[in-house]
Amino acid sequence: MTRIELKNANKSYGTRQVLANINLAVQEGEFVSIVGASGSGKTTLLKMAAGMIQPDSGAALSNGEALNGFPHRASIVFQNYSLLPWLSSLENVILAVESGFPEWTATRHQEQAERYLQMVGLGKAMAKRPSQLSGGMRQRVAIARAFAVEPEILFLDEPFGALDALTRQTLQQELAQLCQLRKPAATALMITNSVDEAILLSDRILTLGRNGNRGESPAATLSDGVDVPFPRPRPADLMTGSEDAVRIRARLTGFLSSGVRRRAPVSHLQSVSVPLEA
Amino acid sequence: MNLLKNFALSLVGATLVVGLWALVSTTISKDLPSPIKTWTESKVYILQPFDKRGEMDQGILRMAAYSLYRVAKGFLLAILIGTPLGFLLGNSLLLSKMFDPVIQILRPISPLAWLPLGLILFRQSEPAALFTIALCSMWPTVINTMQGVRSIPQDYLNVATVLRLSPWRRFTKVLLPATLPYMFTGYRLSLGLAWLVIVAAEMLTGTPGVGGFLWQEYNSLIYSHILLCILTIGLVGFALDRLMGIAETRLRAA
Ligand SMILES: Nc1ncnc2c1ncn2[C@@H]1O[C@H](COP(=O)(O)OP(=O)(O)OP(=O)(O)O)[C@@H](O)[C@H]1O
Ligand SMILES: [Mg+2]
Repeated sequence: MTRIELKNANKSYGTRQVLANINLAVQEGEFVSIVGASGSGKTTLLKMAAGMIQPDSGAALSNGEALNGFPHRASIVFQNYSLLPWLSSLENVILAVESGFPEWTATRHQEQAERYLQMVGLGKAMAKRPSQLSGGMRQRVAIARAFAVEPEILFLDEPFGALDALTRQTLQQELAQLCQLRKPAATALMITNSVDEAILLSDRILTLGRNGNRGESPAATLSDGVDVPFPRPRPADLMTGSEDAVRIRARLTGFLSSGVRRRAPVSHLQSVSVPLEA
Repeated sequence: MNLLKNFALSLVGATLVVGLWALVSTTISKDLPSPIKTWTESKVYILQPFDKRGEMDQGILRMAAYSLYRVAKGFLLAILIGTPLGFLLGNSLLLSKMFDPVIQILRPISPLAWLPLGLILFRQSEPAALFTIALCSMWPTVINTMQGVRSIPQDYLNVATVLRLSPWRRFTKVLLPATLPYMFTGYRLSLGLAWLVIVAAEMLTGTPGVGGFLWQEYNSLIYSHILLCILTIGLVGFALDRLMGIAETRLRAA
């Protein structure tokens, strides 16, 4: 079953087209990542796939039906955490649990929230407000909030964006485990700016970039994607242990930088008298 | 240390103003009671602040309490009407476009203009006074609440969307807490205005209170009591603003 789907989606802000002809299909249980340069429209794409913003043309679907708002049994980790500052970490997670399981009792809501906060190592910081937490801890609360509703579909927008390498690694492992927690595994669409992170976590990786179309309209398009054929969850040292993984990284890095190279300074290209399209 | 220094400086300022008052009362304006005369003629009101000797002859704090009670009722009315109105206007661009000009026109109208209308509408001085206080002091609450609702970060609204909160929970869990600091700023300004209006309302309706007392003593030519009332009005207003200020900072810190 196709849980997350975009069909021929286009999106412009004002007169500027950001995304052109986006086609994307994520199957049940699949973990798909999108990598792309900053400002290429990744967040826009994710919000479109999550039914939070409408495409100008084309469609966003789930299970073959057009999305009407954010889907049921789904959660999202926002790029900037988006915790409510007047609630403690625990209350932030409880609010989500209450909405996900309205039939539960208050005690059960709290237990569930506490369990997921403990899972991300925040057992001691549950009473703290977001403003009293470090960036990494906020990120953890946001992840706990997303997983505590036991979602079938997960949208992740650079969930480890502002973290140091070490914390990032720990949380990546936690995320991988959380995804496997339910059977069948959660369907996930993740945005990231790290190729290695994408390889570590996903079944398939797509690149979003402007390499296809040069000239006046710099709208980004989605590449066909690269499969990552290792079983999940994967060891943290995947990149050093596997030649295949290194090959996949080289391919993706190639994809990403080709867009950048084509937009090299014009003066430079002119001084070297080589035909541009050669 | 700094606190002490600031306090000393305010004392010096106050002494200078009282000195100027004394100077003016002995030179330019002989009708103005001097500070000493004001004290000797008013001390019975200050030293027995809760005495009741007659309808319009009561201790100054008792008078102030009447006024405060009236202000409290009018202010309550103002925020009970003003807060929902602010939420409504903040949430709907259509409504705010419709009513913004009306509000801008109603806002600068003086209590002296509203009061006669209130008297016509209610035929009694007390409800007319409340009507006037509420109508004059409501606007900062309306405008600040509206502003607060409009400046809720999109991030918080997104949270409400993805958690699929019902309209009521969206209001209580997201809109209200996000707007609370703005609302409180509005309440503080509204309370200040309500206190400004009370004097005018009591003067015109002749009800017991600081304003009513002031007007009566003017008519009885006891000018020192006018000064007593003025000082009381100022001090009470200052205390009210401080209290609201403390509540406001508590709220922001929380
Ligand atoms: N609400 C909006 N109104 C107008 N322009 C917008 C809006 N949201 C995004 N944009 C523009 O669309 C483009 C893509 O934005 P988007 O946030 O999707 O990029 P991104 O790939 O997520 O960037 P980053 O890696 O920095 O998070 C940017 O140029 C941005 O300025
Ligand atoms: Mg983004």
